[in-house]
Amino acid sequence: MAVSQSSLNLTLKIWRQAGPDQPGRFDTHEAKGIPDSASFLEMLDIVNEGIITKGGDPVVFDHDCREGICGTCSMVINGMPHGPKRGVTTCQLHMRSFRNGDTIWIEPWRAKAFPVIRDLAVDRNAFERIQQAGGYITVRTGSAPEANSVPVPKDDADASFAAAACIGCGACVAACPNASAMLFTAAKLSHFNLLPQGKPEADKRTLAMVRTMDEQGFGNCTNHYECEAYCPKLISVETIRQMNRDYRNASARETAGV
Amino acid sequence: MSPIVQSLCRFYHSSIGKKIIVAVTGLGLMGFILGHLLGNLQIFLGPDTINTYAKKLHDLGLLLWVVRLGLLAMVAAHIVFTIQLTRENRTARKQKYALDGTRKATKASVIMIWSGVTILVFIIYHLMHFTITRTNGYYDPAVSRYWLPDGSHNVYNMMIDGFRVWYVSAFYILGMFLLCSHLSHGFASVFQTLGLATPRLRRPIHVASLIFAWGVFAGNVSIPLAILSGLKS
Repeated sequence: MAVSQSSLNLTLKIWRQAGPDQPGRFDTHEAKGIPDSASFLEMLDIVNEGIITKGGDPVVFDHDCREGICGTCSMVINGMPHGPKRGVTTCQLHMRSFRNGDTIWIEPWRAKAFPVIRDLAVDRNAFERIQQAGGYITVRTGSAPEANSVPVPKDDADASFAAAACIGCGACVAACPNASAMLFTAAKLSHFNLLPQGKPEADKRTLAMVRTMDEQGFGNCTNHYECEAYCPKLISVETIRQMNRDYRNASARETAGV
Repeated sequence: MSPIVQSLCRFYHSSIGKKIIVAVTGLGLMGFILGHLLGNLQIFLGPDTINTYAKKLHDLGLLLWVVRLGLLAMVAAHIVFTIQLTRENRTARKQKYALDGTRKATKASVIMIWSGVTILVFIIYHLMHFTITRTNGYYDPAVSRYWLPDGSHNVYNMMIDGFRVWYVSAFYILGMFLLCSHLSHGFASVFQTLGLATPRLRRPIHVASLIFAWGVFAGNVSIPLAILSGLKS
C-alpha cells in the first residue's frame, strides 16, 4: 500500500553571509514540490540543488549524522532554534510540521561567542574551549569496571545521565535572550560532578569551566529558562542550579584556602 | 595580591559571582519591603498606632542610620552589578532574530531592567515625598496638623494629605505594579541563583513568588486606595 504523501510549496527567507566580517542579509528562495516526508535538512538539500543548477552559491549549513545525536545541525527557524518541534534537532524536524504556502525564516545561531562562518554555519569552538577547561576526568579510568565496584546512588546516576545527553549543539545559547552558555556548561559539570569518579576534581573543574565560559563573551543567565524549552535533549535548568551551588561552594573553599 | 583577595576579585568578576551578589542584595531588599509594608499597614489601626510606630523608628537614632546606610549599600550594589550584567548580556547578542520565538520567558522576566529603573525613580520620588522634601509643608513648624504635641511627626496626616492627590496615588500604584512584576521574577530567581531551588522546591517557590509579589502589591496599594476613596480620612 502506498503511503500518501503531499508536497509543499514554500517561501524561504534565508540568511546569507559571505564571511565572519561580511554584512549579512535575508535572501528569498522559493522551495517548490517539497515532499512533506523530507527532513528540514533534506528540504535545504533540494533547494541547494536548484541553486547549483542555476549556477548560484548553495546555502552553507552545518550537518553531520542526521540522526539527532551529533549536535552539528544548527539553525533558527522562525525565531525557534531547531524549529517548532520540542526535543528534536533540525535534522529530525520534518516538513509535515509546515503548511503549504508557509514563509519560513532561517537564520544562524546569533551570539557574539558564535561568529558566523558563512550563511547558517557558526563557529562553536567556544564550547570546545569550555570543555577543554575541565570537562573530563584526569585519571585513566580503564575499561568498564564491574557494575557494583563503585556504588552510585540511583538518583545521581539518573541526573548525571540526563546531563550527559547534551550534544553541544548550542541551541541553549541561541534560545537565551542573553546568549548565555550556562545550560551547556552546567550540563557538562553535572555530568561529571555528580559521579564518584568526578567528585575529587569537582571544585577545580567548576571554577575552570565557569571562568572559561565567562571569557568567551557569552551573556549571563537571568532565569528566563528559554534554554530548557529549546534544548533538543530536554536538559533541565536544574543543572544550572547545581552549577550555581557548586561554583558558590568552590569559590568559598578557594578563598578559604581549603 | 594575596590569594584571598585574588579569589574574591575573581568571584565578583565572574558571571555567577555577580548574579549571587544581585540575589543576596535582592533578598535583603525584599526583607525591607516586607517590614516596610507591615509598618505602613498600621495606618488601618488608627492615627495613634502608626504615629507611635513612626516615633519608635525615629528614636532608634544611630541604629536607624546603620539600617539606612545598609539599605543604600544594598540598593547600590544591586544596581551596579545588574547594570554590568545587562551590558554584558546586550553585547553577547548584537544581531536580533527576525522573529520572536519566546516559549517560556515571562513578561516580568524580560522587563526586569525596566521595572527596576521605574522602581528606582519611584524610590527617589518616595524619599523626596515623605523623608527629605520640605516643599509640601510636612516640615513647616507652622502647619500644626503635621506635628504631634511632643514634637514628632504626625505621619498619619502626612499620608492622608499625600495620597489625596490623585496623580500622586496613581504614580504610587504604577510603581507598586512594576515592583510586583519585578518581585514575581526576582523572588524565584534568588533561589535558583543561590542554588537552593531543588526540583522538589521549584513549584512551591514559584507559588510563593507570586503570593509575595501580589501580596506586596495589594498591601501597599490598599493605602492610597483607602485614602482616595475616603475610607480613611
